[in-house]
Amino acid sequence: MSDTHAQSVAYVRDTMLPEQAPPVSEAGVIKWLRENLFPGPVNAILTLLAIYFIYKIVAGSLPWFLNGVWTASSLAECREILQGTTGGCFSVLTERWNQLLFGFKYPSDQYWRPLLAFVLLIVAAAPVLFAHLPRRLLVFSAIYPFVAFWLIWGGTILAPVIALAGIIAGLLVFRRTEASGFATASLAGLVSAVVIWWLGGFLSAAASDVLALRPVPSRDMGGFMLNMILGTVCVSLSLPIGILLALGRQSHMPIIKWICVLFIEFIRGVPLITLLFVANVVLSYFFPPETNLDLIIRVIIMITAFASAYIAEVIRGGLAALPRGQYEAADSLGLDYAQSMRLVILPQALKISIPGIVNVAVGLFKDTTLVSVISMFDLVGMIRGPILASTEWNGVYWELWGFAVLSFFVVCYGISQYSQWLERQLQRDHR
Amino acid sequence: MATYSDPPAGTFQLSQLINDTRYRSYTFQIIALIALFGAVAYLLSNLAANLQAAGLSFSYGFLGEPAGYDINQSLIDYNSQSTHLRAAMVGVLNTLLVALLGCIMATVIGVVVGVLRLSPNWLIRKLMAVYVEIFRNVPVLIWILIIMAIFVAVLPQPRDFRGEDAEASMLWGMFAFTGRGFYFPMPVFGPGSGVVIAVFVASVAGIFAWRRHARKALFDEGRLLPVFWPSLALFIVPAVLAFFVMGRPVTMEYPELRGFNFQGGIFARNSLISLWFALSIYTAAFIAENVRAGILAISKGQTEAAASLGLRPRRIMNLVILPQALRVIIPPLISQYLNLTKNSSLAIAVGYMDLTGTLGGITLNQTGRAIECVLLLMLFYLTISLAISAVMNAYNNAVKLKER
Repeated sequence: MSDTHAQSVAYVRDTMLPEQAPPVSEAGVIKWLRENLFPGPVNAILTLLAIYFIYKIVAGSLPWFLNGVWTASSLAECREILQGTTGGCFSVLTERWNQLLFGFKYPSDQYWRPLLAFVLLIVAAAPVLFAHLPRRLLVFSAIYPFVAFWLIWGGTILAPVIALAGIIAGLLVFRRTEASGFATASLAGLVSAVVIWWLGGFLSAAASDVLALRPVPSRDMGGFMLNMILGTVCVSLSLPIGILLALGRQSHMPIIKWICVLFIEFIRGVPLITLLFVANVVLSYFFPPETNLDLIIRVIIMITAFASAYIAEVIRGGLAALPRGQYEAADSLGLDYAQSMRLVILPQALKISIPGIVNVAVGLFKDTTLVSVISMFDLVGMIRGPILASTEWNGVYWELWGFAVLSFFVVCYGISQYSQWLERQLQRDHR
Repeated sequence: MATYSDPPAGTFQLSQLINDTRYRSYTFQIIALIALFGAVAYLLSNLAANLQAAGLSFSYGFLGEPAGYDINQSLIDYNSQSTHLRAAMVGVLNTLLVALLGCIMATVIGVVVGVLRLSPNWLIRKLMAVYVEIFRNVPVLIWILIIMAIFVAVLPQPRDFRGEDAEASMLWGMFAFTGRGFYFPMPVFGPGSGVVIAVFVASVAGIFAWRRHARKALFDEGRLLPVFWPSLALFIVPAVLAFFVMGRPVTMEYPELRGFNFQGGIFARNSLISLWFALSIYTAAFIAENVRAGILAISKGQTEAAASLGLRPRRIMNLVILPQALRVIIPPLISQYLNLTKNSSLAIAVGYMDLTGTLGGITLNQTGRAIECVLLLMLFYLTISLAISAVMNAYNNAVKLKER
């Protein structure tokens, strides 16, 4: 190029200039600071305000954390140790640790049982949550509910084993008779399961001390354990019910559709606390006089109803988001309704609804604290009731509420991060 | 389904009820209906038997009886001799009050936080993200209780305001923030204040008329009329003039320390304030996410297109971005309002007397009419949520993209 212009232009550079470092204000930390913290006067003020705010919080809470007392046995002793300096009285957590976790009635020599159940919950949940773990582990996930029931509530192991046996028998019968149609096969499966349960009832009544753990009545459950029990039980029960409700709401049969619509809209229109009032004071009127359902069972019934209505709406969204072609493709393969739902529609619809389902699950887990209003002693109930009202710890607000905030935050934030990760994993390029 | 050839007529078999797609849905529906009626009848018969055994009957007669309990925060006249119905009305109004206040404050905080989450300022962005995550992931009940505890523990008691060198003092001599609650000045309307109010209302109407006129002038004749300063003048000047012309009929009654407590002014109990704050900041975290999602949903091309038309940044926001973003933001916003209203039933945890506290709390416990009370309670919340959904549907239809 330079040749062509050599005559017409006075000077043509024919070598590259060496690269120069950018100006100081446009590189490295200073550039980042300029762009991200001080892009303009308003933002500079905001940044300074934010720094001041953070400084205030850290300066206020750091000595409180570092000076914390972990070994006192009452608030008065705590204050004595602190001698007027700032410091948290975290000994309330160490001293009441078991109460915070298990409530104040669970027999203290049996704490290993809920702990073991919790550890096993992690093992059982892992293959469900992470698809790359070996699929054989799912067998354990399937039997986990029965193990957990036996561990937490105690009693003979025969009861959960028989329940499991009934379900297995029902499934086997269903498989055998599936060729004769979905409805018939379900009926046959149900009948065989009920027969096994009925027969097993005699067996477990006769041999009630086979591998028996000390039975713990439901009203003795409390603390964070109660929140975990209510959360996991209600979410897992409400998933299948929610799916059925969503399918019912999408159905072409007007009567079934309207039953589902009424149920869903009613439940979604009232606050959970009124449903808990129902569980507490009304529900027992609707059962035969001789039945005496535990409060925790009544609460589980109502929370499950509540959660399933919300999950149904989420899944309905997933069903509606599927392109019509999927329904038509399933029909054109000659699949009947049950098959097309099971094999084609639901796997895709559920995948779309995962974020929504997780949102409902997180919300539900948070809502389990509401049971403290009807005088059950979950984590919040324990803090408000037995601990803050005791003479030793009357007035220790920050440490206890901080612990409650932390417990719920860890679980809920963990779940929502997992769901975002899962969403990324499941992303397929749809049209 | 309609393309199946008809089976030969006159050979109806019972198995067709379940195997023939023409009859199957009827079979299932009838079975479902029978099961439903059976279940309802079973439950109702149990109910009747249980009520009879307990010597109760289903009646709302108790609503007319005197309630016999006091309510410490009430918008209408109420004393312990009023009826249960009156107590329930107090509860309804209290619920609506905290819901309304909460919705307003939650919207303000939520919009600010949502916008700040998209700010170019890294620190502010992160701070707001931390706020949203912390408040979204912890139960609202815990927040209500924490804020109540903070109010009681941190704020001074009325006795701290006493004496020459008091530990606490009132803000501008008007507001007193105590652990028992907040005291505000209360306007007292003397004779002639009706005129002032009427003038004020008329001037607000005048503002709208002027804006309309300016808009019409802009669209029809292309004249750009000033809007902001005339509106401000209309808002302030006539009302102030009327106020002085009528001889200052509206006065303020300030809270005053008498004895061990404040007298006069408007008193908002700590239960109301903490419930209001807690519900607002909890719901605001959700609203912030909605606002952020709504703004992000508008593609950058819209901003660029508007800029290339020569619009200034504020007009781009007002005329192009906001109208589109609001379409995305408002439906979830309204459902957050609904959630807030339902969550306000947690008032019972801090002793604020909303409907759950009066009808579902004390009235229920005093009269033992559990079924009637809970039924009324549910009906009230159901009505509110149906009303809100109706508003939402109307809005959705109004802003629906009008496609050809």
